Amino acid sequence: MEYILESMEVAVLGAGHAGVEAALASARLGCKTILLTMSLDQIANMPCNPSIGGTAKGHLVREIDALGGEMGKAADANMLQSRILNRGKGPAVHSLRAQIDRSSYHTYMKNVLEKQDNLYVKQDEIVEIRVSGGCVDSVVTKLGAVIKTKAVIICCGTYLEGKIFVGQSSYYGGPDGSPSARGLSDCLKKLELPLRRFKTGTPARVNRRSIDFDKLEVQNGDEVITPFSFSNKLQLENKIQCFVAYTNSKTHEVIRNNLFRSPLYSGVIEGVGPRYCPSIEDKIVRFADKPRHQLFIEPVGLETQEIYLQGMSSSLPEDVQIAFLRTIEGLENVEIMRNAYAIEYDCCDPVFLYPTLEYKKISGLYGAGQFNGTSGYEEAAAQGLIAGINAARKICGKSEFILDRASSYIGTLIDDLVTKGCTDPYRMMTARSEYRLLLRQDNADERLTPLGYEVGLISKEQYDMFLEKQKKIKQEKGRIFNVTIRPSKELNEEFIVRGTSELKQAQKMGELIKRPQLSYSVLEKYDESMPADLPLEVKEQVEISLKYEGYIKKQQQKVDAMRKLEIKKLPIDVDYSCVDGLRLEAREKLNKVKPLNLGQASRISGVNPADIAVLNIWLKQRGAL
Amino acid sequence: MEECIAAVATPIAQSGICVIRLSGEGAIEIASKVFVPVKNQSLLEMEGYRAAYGHIVDGDEVIDDGVALVFRAPNSYTGEDVVEVSCHGGLAIIERSLELFYRSGARPAQAGEFTKRAFLNDKMTLTQAEAVMDVINAQSFLSLKAANAAKRGALYRKINEICEDITKIDGHIQAWLDYPDEDLDLVDSDDVKKNLYKVKDDLENLLSNYKLGNLIKNGVKTVIVGRPNVGKSTIMNFLSGEEKSIVTNISGTTRDIVENVITIDGLMFVLFDTAGIRLAEDVVEKIGVERAKAKIKEADLILFVIDGSEKISKDEFEVLKYCEHVPKICVLNKVDLGLVENSINFDQFDCVVETSSKNPQTMESLKQNMISLTQLNSLDSDAPLLFNERQKLAVQKALDELKNAISAIESGFTWDAVVISIDAAIDSLLELTGENLSEHIVNEVFSKFCVGK
Repeated sequence: MEYILESMEVAVLGAGHAGVEAALASARLGCKTILLTMSLDQIANMPCNPSIGGTAKGHLVREIDALGGEMGKAADANMLQSRILNRGKGPAVHSLRAQIDRSSYHTYMKNVLEKQDNLYVKQDEIVEIRVSGGCVDSVVTKLGAVIKTKAVIICCGTYLEGKIFVGQSSYYGGPDGSPSARGLSDCLKKLELPLRRFKTGTPARVNRRSIDFDKLEVQNGDEVITPFSFSNKLQLENKIQCFVAYTNSKTHEVIRNNLFRSPLYSGVIEGVGPRYCPSIEDKIVRFADKPRHQLFIEPVGLETQEIYLQGMSSSLPEDVQIAFLRTIEGLENVEIMRNAYAIEYDCCDPVFLYPTLEYKKISGLYGAGQFNGTSGYEEAAAQGLIAGINAARKICGKSEFILDRASSYIGTLIDDLVTKGCTDPYRMMTARSEYRLLLRQDNADERLTPLGYEVGLISKEQYDMFLEKQKKIKQEKGRIFNVTIRPSKELNEEFIVRGTSELKQAQKMGELIKRPQLSYSVLEKYDESMPADLPLEVKEQVEISLKYEGYIKKQQQKVDAMRKLEIKKLPIDVDYSCVDGLRLEAREKLNKVKPLNLGQASRISGVNPADIAVLNIWLKQRGAL
Repeated sequence: MEECIAAVATPIAQSGICVIRLSGEGAIEIASKVFVPVKNQSLLEMEGYRAAYGHIVDGDEVIDDGVALVFRAPNSYTGEDVVEVSCHGGLAIIERSLELFYRSGARPAQAGEFTKRAFLNDKMTLTQAEAVMDVINAQSFLSLKAANAAKRGALYRKINEICEDITKIDGHIQAWLDYPDEDLDLVDSDDVKKNLYKVKDDLENLLSNYKLGNLIKNGVKTVIVGRPNVGKSTIMNFLSGEEKSIVTNISGTTRDIVENVITIDGLMFVLFDTAGIRLAEDVVEKIGVERAKAKIKEADLILFVIDGSEKISKDEFEVLKYCEHVPKICVLNKVDLGLVENSINFDQFDCVVETSSKNPQTMESLKQNMISLTQLNSLDSDAPLLFNERQKLAVQKALDELKNAISAIESGFTWDAVVISIDAAIDSLLELTGENLSEHIVNEVFSKFCVGK
């Protein structure tokens, strides 16, 4: 018999990286929130790589932190090794990545959730979402309990109708040996959410003791560690080493000879796989002329011997996995603890979402993470945060919270999803942003912390710290234009060594620092008035903003042009097939996407400038009526 | 106010007067860089509804003279700052002037854009607006048709090819930036520079072909110059087969520029018969001489006419110093009256032709030389030619951005900054094909590079 168990404001389905951020945001903004997970022991699990960050993903984590999310803090607290990638390629692509202790990360997050006011963490599987009058009404558990709720955020990752593939074998199952979620998909189909199948995969975990580390290249972390969190006070240190190994022609031969046993090549898997995360057999088929592929050997935690083999994701049978791994130098005697597998799952076309991540057709229903067609812990967390904030704000009667493309990678990610949709699992890349030099990981706080404070996820204390930093940056920018650097023998010798022209006459330090070859570390020696306690992060901001001034200005002009279109709001209840003058293709696309403003409309493929001109005039006409 | 746009507001054709309109943010400032009033006042200082007579200039060079009208927002057709410049209607002048406005910061206006702005700024009623919509639709239909036609053309293929080349360079850098852990080939700045230079050459070729394209479209501007009474008008009339210039033996009969269009072997030549260049005594003729000089500057081909039966004076060659940039034919006319020995350095001409009004055969030989000098007959009809200002601007912008990228590499900027310029170059070429930049790059990265965990 059915019974009402609870009455909530927000129900979050799934406690992966999206669900955790969604639940924390909603509870912290004052909504009575329930977080439902099939297993309390899988909270914030990392079923794939034991690392957080990387190019563009590191940017996302910094942005989540700047807005008041949890991922950055948890990553700092559980990090095993940290590196800034892309040093020397420019500040826009400097990317932080940390190896994470998988098990302690889970414990940490579980604890944060359990201690959070307004938040109820519960082990249960939801099999039905009930909608009444176009609005979310309640969710129903597998046991038949009804939980009344005003909003539901679906964060079910790869669990929905999840199916595992290893060689010719396949079975229903979720990631990391957990069962898949069966039943909710049918309900979603009845609610007319357009579901489809995506596919992803993960490499084998092997026993540390079976690896010959003497034959491998060591990869150490940075000496000075940059934390993810802007408010980090922990003393961070590297605790482990990672290693690099390479496949060879024998590896490739084993794989090629066994391709017929792969479910991907024999056509058993129907889901669309990610382009950025190809399995090793994919790499060998598609890039046949590459003599070797790299793999990274990464410890999964401090209290386990499990090792993750990054770059070796596969769905070949286990015997083939062992055979090809053992052709690799250093892995001759490797023992597999968890085999590699491919997983196929139901997910949703994100074009059916507003940029708030709420479904256009069902008020109060939100989606976040892999369910929206993305891939990656960071992409998931970013969406979870935005969905959580928006669900809470809607319940509190506040306005939507939407980040535009010029504000952040989070905004870019969501705009891409809801405007263009995705045809394979979406991974963030810096190349996806047209404002890359503005959206740096080092200035995420400047871009987003004021917004996080306004929303209510950043504390007064944190905000004051932020303001203090901004004040120092401003002062320093003024100061170095009053500092005169004079030519000297010593200085000019150093200038020559660094490949920049000699100083002929005295110049302001603010001008000199614009030269690509010069920096604070070079110039401060010649600056007697340099304040001794000037924080590194302040110098960094001053230096970047001056050095890249021309480019930043150019990008800012692009932003201004984009925002002019962005402020022209389009009503959401329009039937574009009734707007005279639009081309047929534009009408169909506009009706599908229902853009919120002219800017978003202009980014839909198939909507051209003439259509935007028509819309602009039509908007004006409407205003006149 | 929206960004500044510029376009010809009158029909583009050979006409007496043409009006170029600029509207939007900075319109007056942009116009003031190109239009300099004769009286010592800049357009910037002028109030609305005021006019000034002055020159359209490219640096020190005067292109044309005309009148500029300044309107200040909101009191204008569009409700924005507007400048209307009336100049002489020659196609060459219009194109040249427009190009100057674009270079100074305006962009080409889209179909119906002035009117659209007028409506958005409450300068128009609802019914008028509906009419505007129709215009935009009609125009966009036409431009769609034009674009589809262009897609089949050699130009489209060439731009695509160049775009692919830049994308390859860009894709490698982007993959390298986004996948630092993959063992991709290092991005080597000398390599990148070498590849960028190659693309830069391609774009420059395309732009020089633009000129050839214009010759085909607008005709080869052929200016006939020479001392008075050497028979310039006779040559003109012979070539065109009709009485266009007044032929008398009183020197200085042709006071203004006489224009005529002829075709030789299917190629169009626009002939200009100029006043003889000499120290003019009466005012009317003096103006004619100034005009002639201006024409020479726009010329694609010069016919320098000499009376072969007379001694040549030194000052006859004066005019040649205005013609250095153009192919020149030396026409030795009136050879039927006997050729006088002259010490002329013929090396400064591309060829020499002897003509006589008594012998039509000599005129045929002149025509053949005119054709071979313009090199149009050897032009492959499939060669990529740029056909409109929009395409040319896109290519020009791509070229400028590539130059920025090269100079950024040379001055030691990091790759994240360098790719901004390379991206912008691709972006402006993609504008011609209508693709989206970031999708384009992401596709390149995934299809060409083995990246991912």
